Amino acid sequence: MAVYKRSYRAYSGRMTPAWSRFLVLTRYVLRSLFRSRWLIAAFVGCLFPPLIYAIVMYLSHSSAVLSLLHVRPGQIMTVNATFFLAYLGTQSGFAFFLTAFIGPNTIAPDLANGALPLYFCRPFSRLEYVGGKLCALIYLLSLITWVPGLILFGIEANLSGAEWMWNNLWLAGATFLGSCIWILVISLIAMALSAWVKWRIAAGALVLGVMFFMSGFGAAVNAVLRSKIGFYISPGALMTRVCAQLFGLESPIEISALSAWVGLLVMCGVCVLLLNKKVRAYEVIR
Amino acid sequence: MTPVIELEGLGVRFGKREILKGLTCSLSGRTIGLLGPNGAGKSTLINTLLGFYPPSSGTARIFGHDIRTELKQIRGKVGYMPENDAFIANMTGVGFVRLMGELSGLPSEAALERAHEAMFYVGLGESRYRKVGTYSLGMKQLAKLAQAIVHGPRLIILDEPTNGLDPPARQRMVRMIQEMRDTHNLHIVLCSHLLRDVEECCEEVLILKDGRIVHYSNLEEERRANKRFVEMEPVGDGAALAAALESMGCECAFSGQQRLKAVLTEGMEIRDIYRLAAEREIQLRRLNYRRDTLEDIFLKAMETKTNGGI
Repeated sequence: MAVYKRSYRAYSGRMTPAWSRFLVLTRYVLRSLFRSRWLIAAFVGCLFPPLIYAIVMYLSHSSAVLSLLHVRPGQIMTVNATFFLAYLGTQSGFAFFLTAFIGPNTIAPDLANGALPLYFCRPFSRLEYVGGKLCALIYLLSLITWVPGLILFGIEANLSGAEWMWNNLWLAGATFLGSCIWILVISLIAMALSAWVKWRIAAGALVLGVMFFMSGFGAAVNAVLRSKIGFYISPGALMTRVCAQLFGLESPIEISALSAWVGLLVMCGVCVLLLNKKVRAYEVIR
Repeated sequence: MTPVIELEGLGVRFGKREILKGLTCSLSGRTIGLLGPNGAGKSTLINTLLGFYPPSSGTARIFGHDIRTELKQIRGKVGYMPENDAFIANMTGVGFVRLMGELSGLPSEAALERAHEAMFYVGLGESRYRKVGTYSLGMKQLAKLAQAIVHGPRLIILDEPTNGLDPPARQRMVRMIQEMRDTHNLHIVLCSHLLRDVEECCEEVLILKDGRIVHYSNLEEERRANKRFVEMEPVGDGAALAAALESMGCECAFSGQQRLKAVLTEGMEIRDIYRLAAEREIQLRRLNYRRDTLEDIFLKAMETKTNGGI
């Protein structure tokens, strides 16, 4: 029977597994994000730096290019911890701007349109809702951070040989872990702000504002009080310190790595609390 | 038969404010109306049944599932149409309903097929590819209904479904609720301020006031009982008619000079009254059933002192 002639009927067919339903939301969020040409342009733009890194990597190993430039191997660039830290720094910046662009689209529209009761009146929990939205951000940001990072590692391993790969395998782990931490921190900040500011544009501005303001305010506190406590309110500074530890390098942020880890954990915890407060079917006014 | 909704001393408290106060009742009708003045706790009751608010005391069961421990099972069987605007603006109507179907556990293809069906069923077939954000208020109400039925629930909770609808759209919504009630194996809870909507659609009515149940009424039984109570205005020997009715087992009483009230016995029909009157050459100028409208029931309930259960 044609669809338009059918009447209401109960559903008795197969159901999807409950654990996989949050991925439905991830799929819909990604589909909606990629409808925007601006987002596609920004996303493609974020892939240019890894491409340039890959080209330079190739050229630094090409004997034809080296002889043409009259330089010795390793003189153009050495792929080591500093290289991957610089790569991570570059991509983290891009990831942050991309998050500021797409993060406010996650929860703010649902809050503004009162859609949350529609999600939560189904066998779909608040955790699954946040998880589904978070997965969309993680997926997108992974494609511009650790995924190209590991590809670069693979290219270098291919060019330098297996010995280099085994000696530097920890760099791949550090790139992956550093990227994951940064993705988690900025995604949670963006989602928490998106949940508190219903207007999407304002939420985007607030994500940028919070990051820059907190860094600036932290620096001001350090300067005025001649202390280091300002670093603890700057996600960028904390991340720089954590990444320096992961890559075994000196950090300009003069706080202990452990306290930086704790600082990031506290930040994530606060974001989760903010989400827990706002992501509800109906807000209870006591 | 398992009751649709059972409330067992259900209480809800927001801070120091007690919103629902020990509600106890068992409802098993196909269509249950939830009535009450503003702030009576109707929406809070619905939201508590859906697990949006935790109960502070007591519990409730839907199809035997406890709201404290079996929320997922309950939500799998329930479709909910909220009172306020609730939609995803940048999605097409069919995409929105499909997403809701998928979140309820339907596979993607089945959800798409049922989303199309649901959109046609509620009358949005022609507009299903338009963005929900561009829909009129009435269309948004229909889209909310479509998402509530897309997964084929056993119980549909409709919170003010005719809010903001013009008279034809309201009629259409009421007809749709009646059609779902009459032809499908599902139960409906209808929460509305409009007594007429509830009267037209519901078999059972629960009236709340100040967070307590003040009246429970089975409208079907009420309608049957009303048909036994007649009021007439005889011209001629009214006492003879009363005597004849009493001889057939009816209870009779005069009110005013010529107004005769009678409670008919089981099996007695109105035509019997006309026959008795004709035999005694008595004219009946007026004959009415008692019509206790839902409005009368509601107003009476509002005068009642509140108590916890029924």
